[in-house]
Amino acid sequence: MADTSMTMSGPRGAKPRKVLSGRNIMLYGILIVVCVYYLLPLWVMVMTSLKGMPEVRLGNIFAPPVEVTFQPWVKAWKEACTGLNCDGLSRGFWNSVLITVPSVVISIIIASVNGYALINWRFKGSDIFFTILIFGSFIPYQIMLYPIVILLREMGIYGTLWGLIIVHTIFGMPILTLLFRNYFSSIPEELFKAARVDGAGFWGIYLRIMLPMSLPIFVVALILQVTGIWNDFLFGVVFTKPDLYPMTVQLNNIVNSVQGVKEYNVNMAATVLTGLVPLIVYFVSGKLFVRGIAAGAVKG
Amino acid sequence: MKLKKLTALLCATVAMPAMATELEVTHWWTSGGEAAAVAELAKAFDASGDKWVDGAIAGGGGTARPIMISRITGGDPMGATQFNHGQQALELVEAGLMLDLTDVAEANHWKDVVYPPSLLDACTVDGKIYCAPVNIHSPEWLWLNNKVYEDLGLPVPANWNEFVATAPQVEAAGKIPLALGNQPWQSNLAFGAMQIAVAGLDAWKAVNIDKNMDVAAGPEYAKVFQAAADARKLAAKSTVQDWNQATNLVITGEAAGQIMGDWAQGEFQVAGKVAGKDYTCLPGLGLNEYISTGGDAFYFPKLDDPDKEAAQKRLAALLVSPEVQVAFNLKKGSLPIRGDVDLSAANDCMKKGLKILAGGNIVPSGDMNWNPDVQKQAEDLMVEFWKSDMPADEAQAKWVEILKSGL
Amino acid sequence: MAETQARARWTRNISAKIAAIPMIATALVVFLGGTIWTVVYSFTNSKLLPKLKFVGFDQYERLWAASRWTISIENLLFYGVMSLVFTVVMGFVLAVLMDQKIRYEDTFRTIMLYPFALSFIVTGLVWQWILNPQFGIEGIVRSLGWTSFTFDPLNNPDTVLYGLLIAGLWQGTGFVMCLMLAGLRGIDEDIWKATRVDGIPTWKTYVVVIIPMMRAVFITTLVIVASGIIRLYDLVVAMTSGGPGGNASQVPAMYVYDYMFQAQNLGQGFAASTMMLLSVLIVLIPWAYLEFGGKKHG
Repeated sequence: MADTSMTMSGPRGAKPRKVLSGRNIMLYGILIVVCVYYLLPLWVMVMTSLKGMPEVRLGNIFAPPVEVTFQPWVKAWKEACTGLNCDGLSRGFWNSVLITVPSVVISIIIASVNGYALINWRFKGSDIFFTILIFGSFIPYQIMLYPIVILLREMGIYGTLWGLIIVHTIFGMPILTLLFRNYFSSIPEELFKAARVDGAGFWGIYLRIMLPMSLPIFVVALILQVTGIWNDFLFGVVFTKPDLYPMTVQLNNIVNSVQGVKEYNVNMAATVLTGLVPLIVYFVSGKLFVRGIAAGAVKG
Repeated sequence: MKLKKLTALLCATVAMPAMATELEVTHWWTSGGEAAAVAELAKAFDASGDKWVDGAIAGGGGTARPIMISRITGGDPMGATQFNHGQQALELVEAGLMLDLTDVAEANHWKDVVYPPSLLDACTVDGKIYCAPVNIHSPEWLWLNNKVYEDLGLPVPANWNEFVATAPQVEAAGKIPLALGNQPWQSNLAFGAMQIAVAGLDAWKAVNIDKNMDVAAGPEYAKVFQAAADARKLAAKSTVQDWNQATNLVITGEAAGQIMGDWAQGEFQVAGKVAGKDYTCLPGLGLNEYISTGGDAFYFPKLDDPDKEAAQKRLAALLVSPEVQVAFNLKKGSLPIRGDVDLSAANDCMKKGLKILAGGNIVPSGDMNWNPDVQKQAEDLMVEFWKSDMPADEAQAKWVEILKSGL
Repeated sequence: MAETQARARWTRNISAKIAAIPMIATALVVFLGGTIWTVVYSFTNSKLLPKLKFVGFDQYERLWAASRWTISIENLLFYGVMSLVFTVVMGFVLAVLMDQKIRYEDTFRTIMLYPFALSFIVTGLVWQWILNPQFGIEGIVRSLGWTSFTFDPLNNPDTVLYGLLIAGLWQGTGFVMCLMLAGLRGIDEDIWKATRVDGIPTWKTYVVVIIPMMRAVFITTLVIVASGIIRLYDLVVAMTSGGPGGNASQVPAMYVYDYMFQAQNLGQGFAASTMMLLSVLIVLIPWAYLEFGGKKHG
């Protein structure tokens, strides 16, 4: 009886049972239509990147290449010139790793601790600081360029890797802190209180209770930061030197030339290549989106 | 990786002669031809015993300039940096952040060899020279597809008036008479080209050099605005963004013509078109064969290092030297900044430019006459004017107001 | 007893405060300091370099006299509301669909998320191609025989913002979906069990129970999406350069950057950004008041 009443109440039950129900057809139907919308530009990019320039000029962007060439990919990766250095995106790849890894780790640690302190260990004025942070997330980066240059100059770390890591941490902080604060606020307070009663301190509760319960939001933070920092161009050039330039400098140089011939096929290949690293991170870390970090499970 | 860097560093120190000094040079030349041209500069500099460290940043001045200025004001400047000569770097010079090159200029007789002299004037602040000009780019060209006209049984227009007169027939054949991309600077460039062509040199000079606002508001310029208002109808069906997409419309024969700078010929060349046979280039729109001589120059931030300063001065001298001028400008497709060099290898359109240059039919470019703020406002106005149905007299009135803000 | 309690409170406060030092420094020095700096210099006539030559409200007068600026604001309001509504609705619906224990979740999620990883400049270019009447969708449909088919959003001042929206949603909804999904995954299984026992239809459970429980996630989403909208820049540059019709798709951030770095008129750029920040404050202060005013946490 319970089963019939559920199907009566509508086709969108919470748990699918049969593989080929009307509900599933609709569900997967919608998802596939949505995926077409998401994949269309990728199709155009990949197809364009596999064509030679004469074929690109013909202008049929949806058509697969008549003559497949991988030359644009080779060129984007190791031949495209940035001024004099004709070694393509490969040049800045390790620099990007060198910048992204510490920046992502440090910014996420700091922001998650911020969020935790803001929810569970409030102190006088913490809300005001938080409000200022949120305000900061609305400030366009370029406006802050001059003040930050002055700040780093005075701190004596202008032009160093540490300076850049600090800048990424600063600009990632508002959104990340908000992310963690709001996620932690949905964790039942009884858990926190129970741990306090058991004598756990600030760091103990953070490490043993908050961290394990917050994997999905850490994944979201990771996605956000890896993307933001890996794709950052402005800070990478303003706050470092040429020997530390991230690969987006090369990407920008390939994609963004104002004068001269635009090699659209190389542009597309370079864009997809640069996007590969965040993409791998999405796919791998996405598996941590496990279902059912049910508070009940921990409670019981 | 660290090891690799270390060995590279070691090798570098070992290989360098004692004199060699590294100079980081920032610029926004990143397309194929541009990069090849920069390579000539670097080659010459390295050959002289120093080391060129390349710091290319694409995206034009809008992207590169904040980076350059941040680096200079952040206390970590590069050895040399590109700017368009004119008023862009004026404040950096005034703030004492730039190296005075007067002694280099005197030793190498820049005053005698740099032609036109306005290029050097643009580098001069309070009688001292702060930049080394390297090339001339002129934006006032009309590019035409010959085949479009041959198919219609028409002679290829020899000037802007003939172009406008034949436009209805071109349109009737289903072609776009004038290709114009949507990026703001393209509208501004088209208007700039029409200024000299339609208003004539005297009126142009009165407005842009003598800053005579009565002329700007007067009948000669009313004609320019009217011509532009006519031209925008011809470009109404052009729906592309990038300038080279617009050029491509001309190359493929979907459009008859485009007003664009001398860099457009690179696109024609890549498409395998021959100047004079497949396409026609008309400097000064064929009406007044005058071209404005904007271009690029290098500035040298002050560094607290006598060795580097000496290297900066060596580089400055090198950039203006005849050998480097020829090698660089042939690759870049731009015109050299001195009249005493041989450019017999240049193509037809470039030779037209050289002839105009040699004949002295030149005027200073917008960068030298107006500050960037005025130029940007004028650009805002132009894009609105070209892409809407704003009346010509209204646009003219607004334009005069903008110019006045820069007086 | 009282002594240990007092000590506990003291140590508790101290580790939280030490942990919050980076946040406090960032808030006060960078964001507050930087904002004050910007506001101060918006009253000067700084050109290329910041200089303290005050000119009163001149920059603001000029700003509000510029038609480009006022149109930018109208455009942003329209785009912002549309983008906010569609991003949140699409993000939530997609997250709900993803949360149905579907197969290939990783694949679907990555497909929806990948646009987030690509540079705006090139994605803008690709969308511009797809929407271009000559070689995009319109051309394809026409070549299939429907010759009167018209789909040219980017070249019509009335529809250009929808064209931007198509690309903007494409880029941003995947991430919002993940955010919402994280929120859904944080919801206690017991709640689902309880509503099922009570026989409440699923859609009603979402609307009445789940969405209110996800209030915090929605706020996070709103802030992230809204801050992205305010900073909207690259996409417009890549797709329309602010056109057609001159300024049918101009946005404030474009005005700020153009005047700061192309026109080299820092004062004007700072004045425009001050107006942007002021409007953010007008929205943010009531929110902060609602969020923190009166309500006490535990």
